[in-house]
Amino acid sequence: MKPFKGRDIISIRDFSREELIYILKVAQKFEKQNKPVLKGKILSTLFFEPSTRTRLSFESAMNRLGGKVIGFADAAVSSAAKGESLHDTIKVIEGYCDVIVLRHPVEGAARVAAESAGIPVINGGDGANQHPTQTLLDLYTIKKEKGKITGLNVGFIGDLKYGRTVHSLADALSKFNCNLFFISPDSLKMPSDLLEELGERGTKYTETDDLNKVSRYLDVLYATRIQKERFADPIEYERVKHSYVIGPSLLRKTKKDIIIMHPLPRVNEISPNLDKCRQAVYFKQAHNGVMVRKALLALVLGKVK
Amino acid sequence: MIDKKIRIDPIKNGTSIDHLNPGTALEVMKVLGLHDTGIVTIGMHLESKKFGYKDIIKIENKELTQDEINKITLISPHASISIIKNFNVEKKFEVMLPKVIEGSVKCKNPKCITNIESVETKFHIITKSPLKIQCHHCERHMKKEDISLL
Repeated sequence: MKPFKGRDIISIRDFSREELIYILKVAQKFEKQNKPVLKGKILSTLFFEPSTRTRLSFESAMNRLGGKVIGFADAAVSSAAKGESLHDTIKVIEGYCDVIVLRHPVEGAARVAAESAGIPVINGGDGANQHPTQTLLDLYTIKKEKGKITGLNVGFIGDLKYGRTVHSLADALSKFNCNLFFISPDSLKMPSDLLEELGERGTKYTETDDLNKVSRYLDVLYATRIQKERFADPIEYERVKHSYVIGPSLLRKTKKDIIIMHPLPRVNEISPNLDKCRQAVYFKQAHNGVMVRKALLALVLGKVK
Repeated sequence: MIDKKIRIDPIKNGTSIDHLNPGTALEVMKVLGLHDTGIVTIGMHLESKKFGYKDIIKIENKELTQDEINKITLISPHASISIIKNFNVEKKFEVMLPKVIEGSVKCKNPKCITNIESVETKFHIITKSPLKIQCHHCERHMKKEDISLL
């Protein structure tokens, strides 16, 4: 396992199964620990795109561990609005802080930032590409709620074509011998190259457009938002949008201990009636982001061995 | 009477690119920028014992750079290159894909930072046959048919 001190967190693909398990263990330690281990350290949050959960949970994590936060949440107030390159922006900001969290609409921006900076860079989402801290908090939630990750039956439902959270989590779960079920309308199926990759690794997966056909097998159901603008044909959208609304009635057809996850924000794909069911863990999932981000900040700043 | 004339004359000094996939010689000419650099002889759809048919390019008074060889490899992975000195083959080798290709290939993803900012492209070879490469920056996979050279 490579040391974490000074390391960048750019893509979930950069981490081995052993490293992922280690990050989750450190996150568990931070469930109750708020010692000011990051006192004297400064985090820069560079958000070139809007974000609520990612930015605030990073800020919460840093504050809880005694560090300070500087940054911006709108590209319009940064020098990028004056045409500055990302490389130059990062070269300047690395002199102001100890660690950077970057969210950027351009795919590959986080990799460029990491290669420009002499301090650790954490990817807070680069366009449709990667959002590794979301994947880590998803894994953490599964481990915490189910007691294990290995060998679980995990279903993904909704927009599987464009959803980066689905792509990254499926990639990570393939390292844990999980059986994956991809439930979506034909027009929003998982991209074929990702399925090819899963196949090459020997990951077992099933594709279907009917949740009822597979619901009884699932230990985890991960829902994502179906976006109307993704459909070329509005009639097709009207046809499928209600077939993927998850409510309490689904739980009559599933294992009793299934967990329902969602990266949020949701629109209408999960009924609010489900919120009170113990199987609905999506708000806990969002809260787990703080533990995972505390762990990552402490790891890359060398405050955890 | 059967015509036994040599179709492509030997060159005194330069580079011979042999075993190009049939029909790829003009593309290689284009990516190497050989249209107005000196004497170039090309043969297309010539018979080949190894591959059935092949193209061949002979370039006088030029040696290829590694970057140029990488580009040829992406177009025609079985090509072989001979360095000619005074009509003799001084060195002959088959092209080989490096593990990483830098600055030669354009990313197909319009939202990739290499298509938006001044960032050099970089690709990792995932499989050689069939050719599959991955963008170092946006992580998109590309197959041979997706590849366009810079």
